[in-house]
Parts: sequence; C-alpha cells; structure tokens
Amino acid sequence: MSEVKFSKEHEWVTISDDVATIGITKHATELLGDIVFAELPEKGTSVTKDGTAGVVESTKAASDVYTPISGEVVDTNQSIVDDPSKINNDPEGDAWFFKLKVKDLNEINSLMSREEYEKFAKESTN
Amino acid sequence: MYKTALYNLHKKFNAKFVSFAGYEMPIQYKDGIIAEHNLTREKSGIFDVSHMGQLFILGDDKLTDKLQEIFPTDLKNLSINQSKYSFLMNENAGIHDDLIITKISDGYMIILNAACKEKDFEIIKSKLGEDFKISLSKDLSLIAVQGPESKNLIEKIIPGVNKLKFMFGGDFKYNSNNIYVTRSGYTGEDGFEISINNNDVVKFVETLISLGSNLIGLGARDTLRLEAGLCLYGNDIDENTSPLEANLKWAISKNRINSNFPGAKKIQRQINEGVTKLRVGIKPEGKIIARESTKIFDENNNQIGKITSGSFGPSVKSPIAMGYVNNTYTKENTKIFLEIRGKKVSASVCKLPFYKKNYYKGDINVGS
Repeated sequence: MSEVKFSKEHEWVTISDDVATIGITKHATELLGDIVFAELPEKGTSVTKDGTAGVVESTKAASDVYTPISGEVVDTNQSIVDDPSKINNDPEGDAWFFKLKVKDLNEINSLMSREEYEKFAKESTN
Repeated sequence: MYKTALYNLHKKFNAKFVSFAGYEMPIQYKDGIIAEHNLTREKSGIFDVSHMGQLFILGDDKLTDKLQEIFPTDLKNLSINQSKYSFLMNENAGIHDDLIITKISDGYMIILNAACKEKDFEIIKSKLGEDFKISLSKDLSLIAVQGPESKNLIEKIIPGVNKLKFMFGGDFKYNSNNIYVTRSGYTGEDGFEISINNNDVVKFVETLISLGSNLIGLGARDTLRLEAGLCLYGNDIDENTSPLEANLKWAISKNRINSNFPGAKKIQRQINEGVTKLRVGIKPEGKIIARESTKIFDENNNQIGKITSGSFGPSVKSPIAMGYVNNTYTKENTKIFLEIRGKKVSASVCKLPFYKKNYYKGDINVGS
C-alpha cells in the first residue's frame, strides 16, 4: 500500500497495486460538521481527476466530493450511505468512499503528502 | 458586526461563529449540531437570542386600541403577563415580521426578529404617531432556556418560574435586579425566555451552565424549530406570504377577522375563497436532504411549489422539510417529487409538526 496522499479538495487516497481507495479527510469532516447524507458514484462509471464523484451533506449544507485521481469505480462503501455518521467517526479509516481502478498512476504525483496537506489545511482555515 | 453581551462566553466554549442579521452569532459549539439538538430535547439548552429586538411601548387602553389597528390579535382580552404570537403585516397581508406580543403592567413588550427589528420599529412608530413612548432596548439581553430539565434548573436561580404556564410571563428578581421571564420558546420543548440586563446575563448563563444546562447554537435552533413545524422568517414566511397561506390562521384572533388591521381585506377574502398555495410539511424518501429553494413537482412534471426550509431532523432521524404547494396538493400523504441536483426524488406531504410539543399548560386535574 502506498503512502496516503491528499488533494486540495480535502480527499485522501491510498493505492495498492492499481486500485486506489478514496475518502474525505478528518479536517473536511470538522469543517462540514455532522454528516447526515452521502451519495457515491455508481460502480462501473469512469471518473476524471478533480471531477465530482459524490456528495456529502451535513446538517448545515451539501458539498461535492471530488476524485483526486482518474479511473473506473470498482467498489463503493455502502455502509456510509446507510449510516453517514460513520464518516465523522472514522473518516480516514473505515469510512472510505469508493475504490478506483487507476487509469494513470502518475496523477498521484500532483497530490500532497500528509505534512504538506496539514500545512495547506491550516493555512486555508485561517 | 454587532456582538451580544455573551460573545466572550461563546468564545470560551469554542463556538463557531456565523454572521446573522448583522450579528456575530454562535452556529455551534464543539460537540456539534446533532449533539446540541439532542441535549435540548433530552435535558436543557441555553440559546443566546439577544440579537432579537425587544420593543417596549408604554400606554394604557388607548394604546391597546391603537395596537389593534396594527396587529390582528385580540389584545383587549389579553391579561397582564400573557403573550400571543402575531404578525406585522402589509396591506396585502404579506408578513413584515412574525413576533410575540406580551402585555406588561405599563404597556406592551414585543419580541421581533433580528433582521426585521429596525424596519419593524419604524413601521410601528409611524403608525402609532407621537402619543406613546416606544423604544427598542439596547440594554437587555434575551436568553431562551429550553428542554425538559430547564424548569428545575431555572427554579434554583429564580424561585417561582416553575409556576408560569405556556405563553405567560412575569417579573422576577435576579441578583436583586429586575428580570422578565416568559414560559415560551421556539424549539417545541417546554422552556423559558428571559429578558435580562446585559450586565447580569453572563453570570446568569454561567450559573445555568454550572447547574447542568448547555450552550446551544443557531444550527440546532434551526433543526429544533423545523421539527416543531415553526416558521423561520425570511425562509418560510415573508412579505409575499400571508398568514393563511403559511397555515398560521390560528394566530389571527377569531373576533378580529372582520375588523380593521393591515391586510384584513385580503385575510377575509382568503378565508372565504381559500388560498392558492399552502405551507405543508414534506418528507423526502430515503436520506436525501431537500434544502430551501428546491422545486416541487407533481407526477406529470408540473412544478407545484418550492421548499422553504429543509434539513435533517435529529429527533425524527430522517430528512424533513417545509414548503409551499398549490392548494390541490396539500392533503396528507400526497405524493410529490423534489428536484435535487438534477434528479427527481419522491417525497410526501405530511402533517406538521414532525415532532410533538411538550408545552406546560398547567397541572391537569385528574378525576375532575
């Protein structure tokens, strides 16, 4: 499994062989507040880096979820659709959103390391 | 940006702030909206609503006569310390503001929405003329304490408040200063609203917190009032909706319908001929949330209305909404469709409130 990488839209991604697992960051969940709805992409659809690939809604507002990397959706996490509060409880673990068969592994190079993301998140909050 | 006297206390309790009607107000504290909502339903919550207007008009029976020309409420039969929900309306029965009028010993106290208070003041003042003293308080804070444990907590600080009935108030003492307490609120729970001097409010709220109550932000206030089927001014009612269209006919006193107040003619016509649109409760199917401005359609894809408030209801544990639909779609369980992010989602019209109220109306005489 690769090192976890982060996007400016507050998604995380890990890659194992050619399959990427994607979710939203703890920082994102703190900004959103209590999440009460999640919508995931359909299995088999192709998604493009930085394109929308889902929606989360908190008690306050709806936000798009973007994919940090291109590929074909091979799996989705139905458990967060059934119980969206799991996203608040374990955003960077059990509450992953979807898995992709990666189209171009080089795309990951444009993403941030944890250290870079934490700095970015802190600056964008202030 | 204005700040209330409790601003530093909100900050101390890690509030996240939003700008609301020109005030920097707490939307939530560290535990979040759902936890705060549940604390209010199950225990006790404190809401800083000091941004709302506290209008005082002093006068005797002449004032009552004059105010009846402004409001559609039977004020003559209001006893001292009794409150009524009412409206400031335009000539077309559109709602300038929804408000609470309380008769006090030397006149009336009217609680106004924050965003409307300056405008309301000007309208009421111009209608009253020069004969009565009218002032919008700057020295008073307003605190709502809501939820089942609230009565016992407040009783420890202000002995006697326990005996107040829903929509009644009274003068009490706190730290030997006068405060005014009414049994009312906007959450669907038993609770109180306390008008208290800015200099005393921090200590008062800190004491309530030390006794076990909890600060609650505007986020939970919104989910609580939505579950209770209560209107948010600017969303669910405004200058283009009448009280009848808003399904608030109960707030117009029966013996005032045929009298003279702004919008009376329109109200009478709507009572006789019916309304073309009506505010209803709406339950989307599944977990999807329909926010304000979501368009409502019938099964033939004709637009029949619009959502005015929508969120997740933490107590009913499902998405809930309110909105206006054409008058042939107002029956309970009518199937409707909501356009959310380009897709049509089925929903049904339902009864309000989503959550049943627990107001205190006095002791019940068993066996009588």
